Amino acid sequence: MSGVRGWLTTVDHKRIGILYGISGLVFLLVGGVEAILMRLQLARPAAGFVAAETFNQLFTMHGTTMIFLAVMPLNAAFFNYLVPLMIGARDVAFPRLNALSYWIFLAGALLLNASWVVGAAPDTSWVGYANLTSRQFSPGLNTDFWLLGLQILGVSSLVAAVNFVVTILNLRAPGMTYMRLPVFVWMTLITQFLILLAFPPITVGLIFLMFDRFFGTGFYNPAAGGNTLLWQHLFWLFGHPEVYILILPAMGIVSEILPTFARKPLFGYPVVVYSGVLIGFFGFGVWSHHMFTTGLGPLPDSAFALITMLIAIPTGVKIFNWLATLWGGRIRLQMPLWFALGFIAMFVMGGLSGIMHASPPVDMQQQDSYFVVAHLHYVLIGGALFGIFAGLAYWWPKATGRMLDERLGRGSFWLILAGFNVTFFPMHFLGLLGMPRRIYTYPAEVGWEFWNLVSTVGVFILSAGILVFLWSAAASLRRGAEAPADPWNGRTLEWFVPSPPPDYNFAEIPPVRHRDELWAMKLEGRAPGAAQPAREIHLPAPSVYPLVVAAGILVAASGALSHPALVGAGMLVVVVGVYRWAFEYRR
Amino acid sequence: MVLLSAMRRGALLLLGLPLLLLAGCGLDGPQTTVLPRSDLGRTIHDLFMNISGWALLIFVAVEALLIWVVVAFRDRPGRPEPRSVHGHLGLEIAWTLVPVAIVLSIAIPTVVAIFRTQAAVPAGALRVEVTGHRWWWEVRYPELGVVTANEVHLPVGRPVDLTLKSADVIHSFWVPPLGGKRDLIPGKVNNLTFTVEAPGEYPGQCAEFCGISHANMRLLVVARPPGEFEAWARREATGPRPPAGDAARGLEAFLAGGCAACHLIKGVTAGTVGPDLTHFGGRRTLASGILRNRPEDLAAWLRNPPALKPGALMPKLPLTDAQVSALVAYLRSLE
Repeated sequence: MSGVRGWLTTVDHKRIGILYGISGLVFLLVGGVEAILMRLQLARPAAGFVAAETFNQLFTMHGTTMIFLAVMPLNAAFFNYLVPLMIGARDVAFPRLNALSYWIFLAGALLLNASWVVGAAPDTSWVGYANLTSRQFSPGLNTDFWLLGLQILGVSSLVAAVNFVVTILNLRAPGMTYMRLPVFVWMTLITQFLILLAFPPITVGLIFLMFDRFFGTGFYNPAAGGNTLLWQHLFWLFGHPEVYILILPAMGIVSEILPTFARKPLFGYPVVVYSGVLIGFFGFGVWSHHMFTTGLGPLPDSAFALITMLIAIPTGVKIFNWLATLWGGRIRLQMPLWFALGFIAMFVMGGLSGIMHASPPVDMQQQDSYFVVAHLHYVLIGGALFGIFAGLAYWWPKATGRMLDERLGRGSFWLILAGFNVTFFPMHFLGLLGMPRRIYTYPAEVGWEFWNLVSTVGVFILSAGILVFLWSAAASLRRGAEAPADPWNGRTLEWFVPSPPPDYNFAEIPPVRHRDELWAMKLEGRAPGAAQPAREIHLPAPSVYPLVVAAGILVAASGALSHPALVGAGMLVVVVGVYRWAFEYRR
Repeated sequence: MVLLSAMRRGALLLLGLPLLLLAGCGLDGPQTTVLPRSDLGRTIHDLFMNISGWALLIFVAVEALLIWVVVAFRDRPGRPEPRSVHGHLGLEIAWTLVPVAIVLSIAIPTVVAIFRTQAAVPAGALRVEVTGHRWWWEVRYPELGVVTANEVHLPVGRPVDLTLKSADVIHSFWVPPLGGKRDLIPGKVNNLTFTVEAPGEYPGQCAEFCGISHANMRLLVVARPPGEFEAWARREATGPRPPAGDAARGLEAFLAGGCAACHLIKGVTAGTVGPDLTHFGGRRTLASGILRNRPEDLAAWLRNPPALKPGALMPKLPLTDAQVSALVAYLRSLE
């Protein structure tokens, strides 16, 4: 099916991947505009560009948008598009469930941003610390939008996580053993387990918050026997693994790109995989390093500091293995590799500043200061976003059948790299100068003017770089050279099928004998298999019910913000949608 | 290990120099963390410099290696097809052990510093209770019978123990030159212990987002030699002098205008919602550190508090110009 209807009812993992990608890029721009407005306000001391209330909404929505509506869906775009192709499958295990994940994500994203339209955007920061989020201190709809939006987005991530775990465990092509999985698939698998284990705590935390706000319970109300720190524990028990949910896919992308462009296999494949597993595992034991200033006491501080520092070891090992992959190669400096190299160079900085506030005494100075703002952007832009751009450049020809313009790509890379550093490096200085984060204004006499101005200039260079990248991508669709199946001399199975791949991915499921199967095939001169399917291929039929169920959830959530009758109506739509879905193929 | 340590010192010297230069000319603002003025601040800063040395060493090594590898092994005509190397166990062990060693040399001083900065309160420490409110600081000296707001007076050279509480949401007490921050959490009592080492005025501010005027929740620490501090405390412990002239009309306006409902002035009014104003005239700043305590700033504040501090609980009162100037005279007389 084609046209709009085709996209609305699609269950094809490639189309769903593209939907995630487009949505993620749109929200990247939305979050970027929010960032630019904040930088304009902070460019001068005591500025009046935006009001305090608006500024607080901007930083809350910027953080929430970039994490949940930009980086996570962009990562999901890669999971969706690539995992079945890389493991030699025709789709994910549960194609309709996959569509449901996307539509629920979109529902949550729309709900969150609808708050701007009614003038009640969330304003208690992306971490939403209790008891600031209580009805008493945040009486408006703002926090309701936030908690319902996040709750819905959490459902989307959990549904997708189950789907990808099952897909990777069960749908691998014959011979694709675990230690032959492309590293990107490994990092995807680890990420999905992190989502499965990290989202329940925040779900519980949000339910408590919802009960406190809607039904007057006192989970976070000290006057009612509640505990404000309970929220911080639940939030960071999610929030720290979330960092790895954002960054591990980028590590996987880089681990795919480096070998291809160095024309060498990944150095120390098993070690890279194990260190990814270790990072994910340790990630659950470090949440209280976000709470060093809450007065936990010296023993917990020491324990969480030590486990946090341990994470530096597998991370360092990964970086050395990437360098060793490049060592002795024949390095073709093309656009995907530029971004992958940028990832290594910038992520190292984020990691090193991370080691600094892993030390609780040092963190006492850096916590909630601009030093931390610098750190987290080196991890999330320098790390995650550079990885995502590397991946976009690498797999763009596969997904669209068009090559990107190399010259524009290189230009965008240098603009992004320069703009990013001009924007965020000075924030280290601002933090050392005692500037706290989340302030809409500062007086002239504290001496933060210069570096703030530099940072504001930087954000325009960074934005220009991102726009050049997106423009070049859009232009390639009309004017780009046609992409062959295997433009980069790739190693993994997705380069074995045409660009873009047919609906059914593989005419015949290829048996896998090597870790870098396509390279082995090319080396041994084996035939890449039939181009046309030998027999009819059964593909899942399109379904409208994922969209219906997601719409029901959106209606129900809007009801919680307006009229209870809408909650009932929305839930009815959900129930009917699920029922029809269950019996869709009985006719 | 020894070699690594020497390399780290080298890196610190070579690359730390530009940073130190920056610290000399660029990082010496009034709220800076890099020129500590207390024992706590010094312990933290020493540890920070220690870890920064390692960070610099690793940064330079990795970035240099990355650039060198890319330049040295870039594709050029005639470069042979690379060998398919899959890994090397010895190398893997080596580059696991190097980070282990570095982590250890950071972890040990970290744990030492944790226990030092959170040690038991030393005997003879001055106890100060700081309570966070949206958006101002209540400051009490239980042993001295002194209550003030937004200004913390401390003696130099004597340990102080801050008891940190919150009246509403979570705040965080942060005066960067005096060391790290500690949160003020409703339903929990925290403490922060340090000794100020140099007299001076040290600005700070709330570091945990606490609502619309979080940015306007500033404070000032005034550190003075013990003798001067004690003289200040004796003055603060007494009530204000009875006002005369303009100031007396101001007192009438204060009582009539609704101010008394929220503010306490020893021997005059008993409000408890807002800051204690008994010795308001002696303070350097007003409105939790966002304005100087000058007649024109005070008048602007009295006319419309929420315009200067969005969300302020102090409402815009219908005061005439005459009432405002009388109030200014009265409040400034409360020395």
